[in-house]
Amino acid sequence: MSANPVVDPSISAQRTAAASEPKRILVLGATSGIAEACIRLWASRGDHLFLVGRNAGRLAAVAADAGTRGAAFVNTAVADLDRTEHHGDLLAHAINTLGGLDLAYLALGVLGEQTKAERNFHDAAQIIHTNYTAPVSLLTWLASYCAQRHAGTLAVLSSVAGERGRKSNYVYGSSKAGLTAFVDGLRNRIDREGVRVITIKPGPVKTSMTEGMKGRERFADVDKVAASIVRAVDRGNDIVYVPGQWRLIMAVIRAIPERVFKKLNL
Amino acid sequence: MPSLVENPTTSAPPETSPAKPPFESWGRYPVYDADVRSIQWQDQFPHVIDGVHHGALPVGMGRSYGDVCLLKDGTLVKTTGMNRLLGFDPATGVLTAEAGITLAQILDFAVPRGFFLPVSPGTKYVTLGGAIANDIHGKNHHVAGTFGCHVPQFELVRSDGTHLRCSPRENPDMYSATIGGLGLTGMITWAQLRLKRIVSRQINYEGIQFHGIDQFLDLTAQSQNIEYTVSWIDVTSTGKNFARGIFMQGDHVQIPGELKPSPAPKLTFPLELPGWVLNGASVGLFNTLFFNKQMKHRVTALQDYEPFFYPLDAVLKWNKMYGKRGLLQFQYAIPWEHAREGTIAILHEVAKSGLASFLAVLKAFGDVPSPGMMSFPKPGITLALDFPIKADKSFALFDRLAEMTHEFGGRLYPAKDARMTSPQFQAFYPQWQRFARFKDPALTSSFWERVVGAQGFMK
Repeated sequence: MSANPVVDPSISAQRTAAASEPKRILVLGATSGIAEACIRLWASRGDHLFLVGRNAGRLAAVAADAGTRGAAFVNTAVADLDRTEHHGDLLAHAINTLGGLDLAYLALGVLGEQTKAERNFHDAAQIIHTNYTAPVSLLTWLASYCAQRHAGTLAVLSSVAGERGRKSNYVYGSSKAGLTAFVDGLRNRIDREGVRVITIKPGPVKTSMTEGMKGRERFADVDKVAASIVRAVDRGNDIVYVPGQWRLIMAVIRAIPERVFKKLNL
Repeated sequence: MPSLVENPTTSAPPETSPAKPPFESWGRYPVYDADVRSIQWQDQFPHVIDGVHHGALPVGMGRSYGDVCLLKDGTLVKTTGMNRLLGFDPATGVLTAEAGITLAQILDFAVPRGFFLPVSPGTKYVTLGGAIANDIHGKNHHVAGTFGCHVPQFELVRSDGTHLRCSPRENPDMYSATIGGLGLTGMITWAQLRLKRIVSRQINYEGIQFHGIDQFLDLTAQSQNIEYTVSWIDVTSTGKNFARGIFMQGDHVQIPGELKPSPAPKLTFPLELPGWVLNGASVGLFNTLFFNKQMKHRVTALQDYEPFFYPLDAVLKWNKMYGKRGLLQFQYAIPWEHAREGTIAILHEVAKSGLASFLAVLKAFGDVPSPGMMSFPKPGITLALDFPIKADKSFALFDRLAEMTHEFGGRLYPAKDARMTSPQFQAFYPQWQRFARFKDPALTSSFWERVVGAQGFMK
């Protein structure tokens, strides 16, 4: 990972956008359900978007939707973000195309299959790589870029699953716990440099990731979750639970003594 | 170190878990178990139905009433997650969108830009794909024809993976078979819809009381240049109040007004009413109140398009009003030749039965031809009724009404049917055998199995 991001020097990142001015937004993992719902909101208000995803056809559909809804500018790059060695080039290209960066939104992630991952290290390592290692690579680059310019917002999709190891999804949970700790620490390092870093912790949401899960009809609506995220990013909140009641729910779950918790089926 | 034990987790792979509760049609009758698989992307079909054994059927919002959106013990492919806008040309009004988008979502996009649906059904909670597959109609059928008249092209993906661009020029037969094709010809992945311009959300509304079918026909003749016309009719009263109703007509207001988006509905019908609540007396009372709510013979008003087009959408899940047993819809189209006598005879039959129907809607269909091979509307009169399901009584009435419709040269609407017999269907839609040649061999529905059955499986 290059410590000196290769970015066209003619581009000024100092342009600070007022809330009403269009923002230059980079979305990493743009075909994820929550990311797409946010993209629709940003597009409707005329923001500039650069979208990165793995599947070309799906990414093109998301981009077409954003363009139709009113995004002032949409461009895409097809990339497998597991390939950390390409991150520097990809991010430089995206920022050059956008003409700067106001917000980077990291939404890459996989749920994986817990039952496989708890027996097979390869499956566990895959989850950890996509959910933790790859975002760390992206954030390291983006943090240097933004810190040098004393501008920008980094919003990262983590999960309430990272708040406590549970038997039903601790591999995924541990990857998100690591991500949360990394993002929180990063904020404590570069907030004073003028870079906002936002940890977003959704509860279970009705997206394709949770298709077929038990109790899904009670999961949060993805459009409402996206509206909360967009609002929180505009405000520059540090840690965001969506929907908000998960802050309380997780406080309760964290308070249960482990000798009781280990007997529960959570 | 603990020894490994057999995996006790029973969680099935996500895509094969049956949705609970079962996928219901809007009439909540019949109720069938099916494996529901949701898709979010165009590329998921046909892989999503790999290995299914009892057929598959694309479904949207499940707003058709009977069993055209059901498949007993089969696989339903729910498309509502595949709902992207793909392009819009303000010069022509042509919108391109994925087929799982709802008309409500289209309106949210279109209205603030000064555009509107070319044809609006009685609810905006239907998908674009479902609107094409049922070739739905609206209050402007007499001037605009069916929904399919405004769909210049779409893509159809067959279960063998073939992608077909369908329009009146490209694959015209498949285009025609898919419009009104009840989802049986393949998966519509995206479609184009020609929107119309509006400058205001408001409708110039006029409501006129009428007594009897002849007055209804006079009003219909006088309103040929009015875009939207529909009548509510009291089917419970006899004697001097027989076939009284309110003729409702409207046009889009031409004075520019605010084009703000609609708010989300806030009311949800809270419970399933017990079956006895909707009875002859309560519906008769409702009908009298509704007729007299309009105190004068003629009332004019400016009305927002939401209550004008979608009065029932204000209360989500209103079908629960009909209780656990659900409701049956009945809708016929009888051609002009027998439209008057047929409508009067059927209204007498309904009144005589004593069975309550309070969402009775009467309209004259126009002669704009639909591109759809199996499209329901034809020039004449259409009457839509709905009844709470009462064992024996309602089915017997339905069977009688279906026979009468047949005798008067009419036909029934598959989207609102759970009862027509195989001979009736084949008489109503004699072109069904030609249609069956375009059917996708992997797709079927409980409706199709009922009215065509094994004969429908053609290679």
